Amino acid sequence: MGYGSVIKVPFGPQHPALKEPEHFTFEVEGDVVVNVKPRIGYNHRGIEKAFERRTYIQNIYLAERICGICSDAHTTCYTQAIENLLGVEAPPRAKYIRVIIAELERIHSHSLWVGIAAHEIGFDTLFMYVWRDREVVMNLFEMISGNRVNYATNTIGGVRRDIPSEMFPKIKKGLDVLEKRLKYYLDVAQTEQTILKRTSGVGILKPKDAVELCAVGPTLRASGIKNDVRADDPYAAYDEIPFNVVTHDGCDVLSRIIVRCKEMFESINIIRYALDHIPSGMIRVRVPMAVPEGETVSRVEAPRGELIHYAKSNGTMQPERYKVRSPTLGNIPALCKMLLGGRVADIPIVLAGIDPCFACMDRMAFVDLKTNKKWVWTMDELKEHVRRNNL
Amino acid sequence: MSLIKEALKQVLKKPATLNYPIEKVPVPEGFRGRPIWDMRKCIGCGLCSRVCPSGAIEMIGKGPQAEIKHYVDRCMFCAQCAESCPRNAITMSQEYELADFDRSKMVYEYKHV
Repeated sequence: MGYGSVIKVPFGPQHPALKEPEHFTFEVEGDVVVNVKPRIGYNHRGIEKAFERRTYIQNIYLAERICGICSDAHTTCYTQAIENLLGVEAPPRAKYIRVIIAELERIHSHSLWVGIAAHEIGFDTLFMYVWRDREVVMNLFEMISGNRVNYATNTIGGVRRDIPSEMFPKIKKGLDVLEKRLKYYLDVAQTEQTILKRTSGVGILKPKDAVELCAVGPTLRASGIKNDVRADDPYAAYDEIPFNVVTHDGCDVLSRIIVRCKEMFESINIIRYALDHIPSGMIRVRVPMAVPEGETVSRVEAPRGELIHYAKSNGTMQPERYKVRSPTLGNIPALCKMLLGGRVADIPIVLAGIDPCFACMDRMAFVDLKTNKKWVWTMDELKEHVRRNNL
Repeated sequence: MSLIKEALKQVLKKPATLNYPIEKVPVPEGFRGRPIWDMRKCIGCGLCSRVCPSGAIEMIGKGPQAEIKHYVDRCMFCAQCAESCPRNAITMSQEYELADFDRSKMVYEYKHV
């Protein structure tokens, strides 16, 4: 290629393929992507600062609103962190309820993603039917928690609402319907030519790259790496519930679809097991309003991958510092790798392939995406930067 | 082409979507709708306004004669107020059609009787 053949294609922050504002600059040679430069931060809402201005109880609901899709993962992670600081543990029944809600959320998030992936490859028929059947799990949520999206189930020291045993048959019935439908969609994903032609061999992420670039969640598992916080570092009641970590070694978008579909079956089995083995007893322990001094890290396997919360308390009713590392941020370097060498028309589906959630991701962080180096600035360095750039 | 059967089946069925607002589904029991204060039970402790994560509850005055102002435009229906209330004076109702073009109309006032 001669001089001038590389064209920069700006993508976003307003773009029909992404429902959230994020910018990527693609350098293309003909139809092939040769370089990707992400520019994150359009959705920065100052949530971490807001954490410092609210009490621990109020922060549960703030954590829930970091992301609309994985709202339960964020509250589970938050409450676990604060429970760590307080030195309390949720009662066994509460842990099982947390698992049930978390797995229902995984089903709803993954089926939402299957719909979006179908939409990105122009297969809107599948998108419509998957979302129609997703209503089953949404209705279950409304019945269990009183809301379709923000379940507000977790609280520090347990859960706020019990699942009465009258609901169990209804939940199981819903799961049966879902299982039947999901089996059909998995079959469609593996046989339908529309999907196979657009996704197989697209967005390749080799296992070595996936590990080196710190990919997380289904993106990593679709590259054949067995990694799941639920199995590696069990929280809630995951240590008592048998389940398989689904992997697939296709390394492409198709295997990401298959991994997510199969994970939904695992989730259904986990919920069935949890409903059959749920212990009786209390659902929460009362905790004091003020949290003793200390710092902690909490990990949860959100539908999109490993979610990390860091909390630092100073003995008052408000945290001193709160930090969230959402799975999408972990997947961005891997995403850039996947896009290289691909075609422009495949950009939307590869982007959608990591199940990006930019609302989750955008917060203050210094990450050099080329070397994956992370660092923190001191106050003086920040001041110096402001002075230098006349900000 | 494997979805053709599915699509044809759906053609013969009613649409999956609801004809809202003409057609509505009842919300389940335990739905978190607009919170309602029972002022006969309220002791004016102010806990609800202190715990509210979005600052949607305002208390005017102090003690048993205090008035409650609930800004439903700020409310996010988390039900923490109902949970924290020591007298169970707050219940989450089944009302959910609360949108309005005028924010000043979205304030609910509760006075002691």
